[in-house]
Amino acid sequence: MLAIEQLAIAYGPHTVVKEISFALAEGQIGCLVGPSGCGKTTILRAIAGFEAPAAGVVRLQGQVVSSVNTQVVPEKRKVGMVFQDFALFPHLTVADNIAFGIAKLSKADKAAKVKALLKLVGLPDLGQRYIHQLSGGQQQRVALARALAPEPKVLLLDEPFSSLDAEFREVLARDIRTILKQLQITAVLVTHDQFEAFAMADMIGVMQLGQLQQWATPYELYHRPASRFVADFVGRGVMLPGTMLDPQQVETCLGIFQQRYLPETKAGDRVDVLIRPDDIVHDDDSAIKATVLDKSFRGSHILYTLALSGGEQVYCLALSHHNHAIGEQIGIRLDLDHLVLFPRSHGV
Amino acid sequence: MLKTALFDRWRWAVLVPALILALPVAMVFISVFSPQFAVWQHLRQTVLADYIINSLLIAGGTGLGALIIGTSTAWCISQYQFFGRRYLEWLLLLPLAVPAYIIAYTYTGMLDFAGPVQTWLRAQFGWSFGDYWFPEIRSLGGAIVMLSLVLYPYVYMLARNAFSEQSASLSEASRTLGLTPRQHFWKVALPLARPAILTGVALAMMEAFADYGTVQYFGVPTFTTGIFRTWFGMGNAIAAAQLAALLTSFVLFLLLLEKWSRRKIRYYHQGQKHSAPSRRQVSLTKQAGLILGCLLPVTFGFLLPAWQLCSWALANWQRTLDGAFWQLVWNSFSLAAMAALLSVILALVFAYARRLKRDPVVQFPVQLAALGYAVPGTVIAIGVMLPLAWFDQQIDLFAEQWFGIRTGLLLSGTIVALLLAYSVRFLAVSLHGIEAGLERIKPNMDNAARSLGFRPGQVLRRVHIPLLKGSVLTALLLVFVDVLKELPATLILRPFNFNTLAVRAHELASDERLADAALPALAIVLVGLIPVIILARSTERRMRGDE
Repeated sequence: MLAIEQLAIAYGPHTVVKEISFALAEGQIGCLVGPSGCGKTTILRAIAGFEAPAAGVVRLQGQVVSSVNTQVVPEKRKVGMVFQDFALFPHLTVADNIAFGIAKLSKADKAAKVKALLKLVGLPDLGQRYIHQLSGGQQQRVALARALAPEPKVLLLDEPFSSLDAEFREVLARDIRTILKQLQITAVLVTHDQFEAFAMADMIGVMQLGQLQQWATPYELYHRPASRFVADFVGRGVMLPGTMLDPQQVETCLGIFQQRYLPETKAGDRVDVLIRPDDIVHDDDSAIKATVLDKSFRGSHILYTLALSGGEQVYCLALSHHNHAIGEQIGIRLDLDHLVLFPRSHGV
Repeated sequence: MLKTALFDRWRWAVLVPALILALPVAMVFISVFSPQFAVWQHLRQTVLADYIINSLLIAGGTGLGALIIGTSTAWCISQYQFFGRRYLEWLLLLPLAVPAYIIAYTYTGMLDFAGPVQTWLRAQFGWSFGDYWFPEIRSLGGAIVMLSLVLYPYVYMLARNAFSEQSASLSEASRTLGLTPRQHFWKVALPLARPAILTGVALAMMEAFADYGTVQYFGVPTFTTGIFRTWFGMGNAIAAAQLAALLTSFVLFLLLLEKWSRRKIRYYHQGQKHSAPSRRQVSLTKQAGLILGCLLPVTFGFLLPAWQLCSWALANWQRTLDGAFWQLVWNSFSLAAMAALLSVILALVFAYARRLKRDPVVQFPVQLAALGYAVPGTVIAIGVMLPLAWFDQQIDLFAEQWFGIRTGLLLSGTIVALLLAYSVRFLAVSLHGIEAGLERIKPNMDNAARSLGFRPGQVLRRVHIPLLKGSVLTALLLVFVDVLKELPATLILRPFNFNTLAVRAHELASDERLADAALPALAIVLVGLIPVIILARSTERRMRGDE
């Protein structure tokens, strides 16, 4: 449905997006995450047709819409967009806003469509209101309805929740995902918030400095990060120093672990092993002891910050009833499903 | 309760001057209750229809002209990136510095039979008198063109702000919904800017209604010239005041339109976050077209007339730059300085009273007094003249009866009358600037200073004065320049044999001594440039602050 191939975008001498490739099948929701200024919004704008590529291709339904030589104007692309500031038209009512992109339909068809969309986004009675009479969350829903009205092939959402209160975000993200899945719409979401990405997306791309670091499912991204940046950016975790005993085994202060063969490493190499909070299991019987440095209560769980005997710090997510005081020694066990390790970088 | 209300100093400080300032306009309306059947019968049979139709045509035509020039240039400046755009952005404001009566007689000099344009045409094509048709500038249409050329900046300024405040994502939203850029302009950008544009058009139309110098010079009978004629020609001040009341009603309608539009502006801008729009890059040919399009109003509204005035002034300066000219400059400047000072002091009192007292007894009179900016100078002049003349008469009678002396014209033939008229007309200018300045001094700043151990007087000196200085100076300057440019009220109310630059320029032009009028006219235009430059700089700073 949507394919980005070797896309590069430059503002004058600055290349802000470098050779990005990814693809989404019909009905899939993709998400680009990354720190601000990493170029994720630029990619969205290139798909919509507001930015011309310096190299590479954007395909919609197999057709090239953006390349160095062709640039289909935005209004001909049938790409819907939900903007960060919603960009609703303040001189029109909610219903007129939604009907804005379907001016060619007959009056009855338009009214029916607006009614259906208002019902879909959960605002069936607000058609005659003006935009300034709506709350932020309601405006967001109207913006979505307006973008969906012309039945776009692809829907783009640029930081759609950034101006909303944190408590709304997750509910709205879930609701929107449900709607998009119901309509089988291919969508690309841009956000700097990984939890929004996890809530919405089938595929997530992590970007840094204009490059796509990894394009993968949320599960893979969390458990098999392709780079140190992705590991740092997605989820919480620490890097535990280790030494390769041979290409299959690594020794850390928490013991020796087997790993799949990695071609870049050889015996004696110093590496960092990614340890997620859920990799460390609280086990009173374990021989390995750690000191509780800090704890933060999370309801069903407690997130402990622990100091190992060698001084390294790790996180441990323990069930809430395992309540220990700061300074106490507790037993832990490493329960690694699979090893994620990176060559020890210099200077760390 | 009653005692505190009566002895509240702020209330008196506001009520007394505010009522005095409201008196002239009130007098004009009160005059309606003294019917002048004979005069009105005559007016109705002869010129009244002309007055109404011509005034409406001029205001409407000027509104349309300003709408077209102002909106189109504002759109070009705010949406496109082209060579020289940054300069044109403020050059387009320059015609504001030229009073309409000055541009009117400058063009007359350029376009009449002996002027450079027709002379050149005759020389070029070998025509002689009567061989060819040339548009008559001294006509209703000519007046509309003149007024449009100097009043379009009102629309331009407001429309430019409205367009550039529209979030960039609005136009992108339109395009993702299938609209071309042209459709976006008509369906979104223009409707959104409509309240701002309407406000500008209403302001331009108010000025057009108020114009006296242009229509008088062009011989187009309108309300303002009619008021003059009824008063001085027919000698009926009451009937003149009644005409003035009718004119003011037209203007008040525009004022309501303006206020209503302004409310809409605020409402249209709710819930929109600003993201600076990027201006579209266009091809070189289009750039040339844009430059040319934006240069046209600048050229015809400022450069050409200014050049003509300069050449006249240069050709005659040895004759015209004499003691009499410096006397004019002194008269104008001292009068303008006094009026500016008075207006700013009044504005300071009103602004502080409004800040300290939120009750309607203070709020309403100030708002009433500030309405004067919408009232034509001719109307205010009559409104000032009627009560002052009555007052002088009473004093004169009283003195004669009791002391056997005649006091004559105590107030009405003096500068007092002029200062009162200027205060009525330009209070809004100074009040607006000072209230905007005072708004930046948040009430909590007072509280903070008090809690840090300063007495109210010290708070004023250490916090308010340093923060207000800029606004006060700007207000002084704006009123100063407005007074310098003002023509009709000055013409009516000035003391005998007391001339100002504006009055003298108008007199010389009326005597067909156009070249001699150039020097005082040029002086007015040059001084008029100062506030335009301030305006251009402050908007530029604000725009840059946004980015």
